[in-house]
Amino acid sequence: MAVRLAGWNDIQWCFSQVKGAVDDDVAEADIISTVEFNHSGELLATGDKGGRVVIFQQEQENKIQSHSRGEYNVYSTFQSHEPEFDYLKSLEIEEKINKIRWLPQKNAAQFLLSTNDKTIKLWKISERDKRPEGYNLKEEDGRYRDPTTVTTLRVPVFRPMDLMVEASPRRIFANAHTYHINSISINSDYETYLSADDLRINLWHLEITDRSFNIVDIKPANMEELTEVITAAEFHPNSCNTFVYSSSKGTIRLCDMRASALCDRHSKLFEEPEDPSNRSFFSEIISSISDVKFSHSGRYMMTRDYLSVKIWDLNMENRPVETYQVHEYLRSKLCSLYENDCIFDKFECCWNGSDSVVMTGSYNNFFRMFDRNTKRDITLEASRENNKPRTVLKPRKVCASGKRKKDEISVDSLDFNKKILHTAWHPKENIIAVATTNNLYIFQDKVN
Amino acid sequence: MSQKQEDENPVEETGEEKQDTQEKEGILPERAEEAKLKAKYPSLGQKPGGSDFLMKRLQKGQKYFDSGDYNMAKAKMKNKQLPSAGPDKNLVTGDHIPTPQDLPQRKSSLVTSKLAGGQLE
Repeated sequence: MAVRLAGWNDIQWCFSQVKGAVDDDVAEADIISTVEFNHSGELLATGDKGGRVVIFQQEQENKIQSHSRGEYNVYSTFQSHEPEFDYLKSLEIEEKINKIRWLPQKNAAQFLLSTNDKTIKLWKISERDKRPEGYNLKEEDGRYRDPTTVTTLRVPVFRPMDLMVEASPRRIFANAHTYHINSISINSDYETYLSADDLRINLWHLEITDRSFNIVDIKPANMEELTEVITAAEFHPNSCNTFVYSSSKGTIRLCDMRASALCDRHSKLFEEPEDPSNRSFFSEIISSISDVKFSHSGRYMMTRDYLSVKIWDLNMENRPVETYQVHEYLRSKLCSLYENDCIFDKFECCWNGSDSVVMTGSYNNFFRMFDRNTKRDITLEASRENNKPRTVLKPRKVCASGKRKKDEISVDSLDFNKKILHTAWHPKENIIAVATTNNLYIFQDKVN
Repeated sequence: MSQKQEDENPVEETGEEKQDTQEKEGILPERAEEAKLKAKYPSLGQKPGGSDFLMKRLQKGQKYFDSGDYNMAKAKMKNKQLPSAGPDKNLVTGDHIPTPQDLPQRKSSLVTSKLAGGQLE
């Protein structure tokens, strides 16, 4: 499917579907913690705080009835991780799924990596639509027949059955992280992947679970000297030797695995210079990068800090090429955002298939999109109100100060408990998945 | 000469005014917020994003279970029933020896995710 290069004016976002419970009382296990499309966009996976993964599959398009692209329906669901207790360290290990990453499809089965704070698992999701029938020594229900009653022989045959989707853990990559895993990223060689925690990054081979190479270690000899932690890491989409990791101080380091076995010395350091006279107590906290994503082309990378999204050209280290303000009006609310811990919220960001538009979430169930070509931006809301299928979403506006216009919402009315941290964009189409606390919204570009 | 001086002064003044407005628009909100925070919590450390905050982040999930205490208690009370946690299950320090049973039970989700079972719109 060709990537749509529609201009900004052509895109009208419409509500398509919403998944999850309607009730306001959210069980902690239902909090969505990650959302990811697979490489074709046919499958959409979510992970939650309860350690469960739910995979949705897009219906095959009905060519005659082309109101919209196919809907996403439940394909498979399974318990990926369980809560654990490390008695030796007195540590509770949450089952919350921090990240899911899909492997490119090689055969009939689908594979994904899912991780909690400590353990990464490779899951195989396969379909079974036939079953063997007509065994000689077994009844249809599985009980064994008395061999003396067998008088004839027959050849068992495969008969069709209702589709069954099975998920099974094929590899468990454990015991390699002392600190909490924040990222996993599959290499473009499709054989290796990296996992990053607060202080270290490890390289794994998908087939090997008992060994892992440490490629970055920023743990200081004396923990009192700790000043920054790793917040995210990702492999370059095309260069299998290149990866980046971001820090809590707002820097991004690009490393080349050909340079040395231990990539503690970066090849490139991306950092925007800060005016020291602008520095405040909050400066470092809001500069902490919560997500880093390469563009599909591999030429750019995007970072998300508390108030903005920045696009960096890999060829230029001293400043980003584009900066987009997500919710600048929060700058005058930093004191209360620090008190209620919202200042530590980790927002993710994503690119569209053609790298022309980027998207990220905000509060009050708002999410923002920035068109890199037209420089226009839009704020939309994920809400069950006024959302009928194929209704075009109405743009939202936040009034920072002064007189509030009719449809605007004032900063003080924003609900900071309604945060959109996780969003995903279909790799080829204008279909987006937006996760509120416990609901998954799917929006589509209006067709026709 | 004097004319030149007169010309210079207005330029300088405008320059300062510009700087003032810039401060008011850009720097002031964040600094005002910082002042508010320091007023509420005067003991807030010098290094804001430094060690304390990061250490707290690294130690997420720490609970207080002592396997030594647990085994000692188990050994002493071989023949007796283990004392129940009492009305306040959250109290796992003090006289009460914490046991694995008393730690907040983290059962895995036996229920299917609501995303998989809910309404389809």
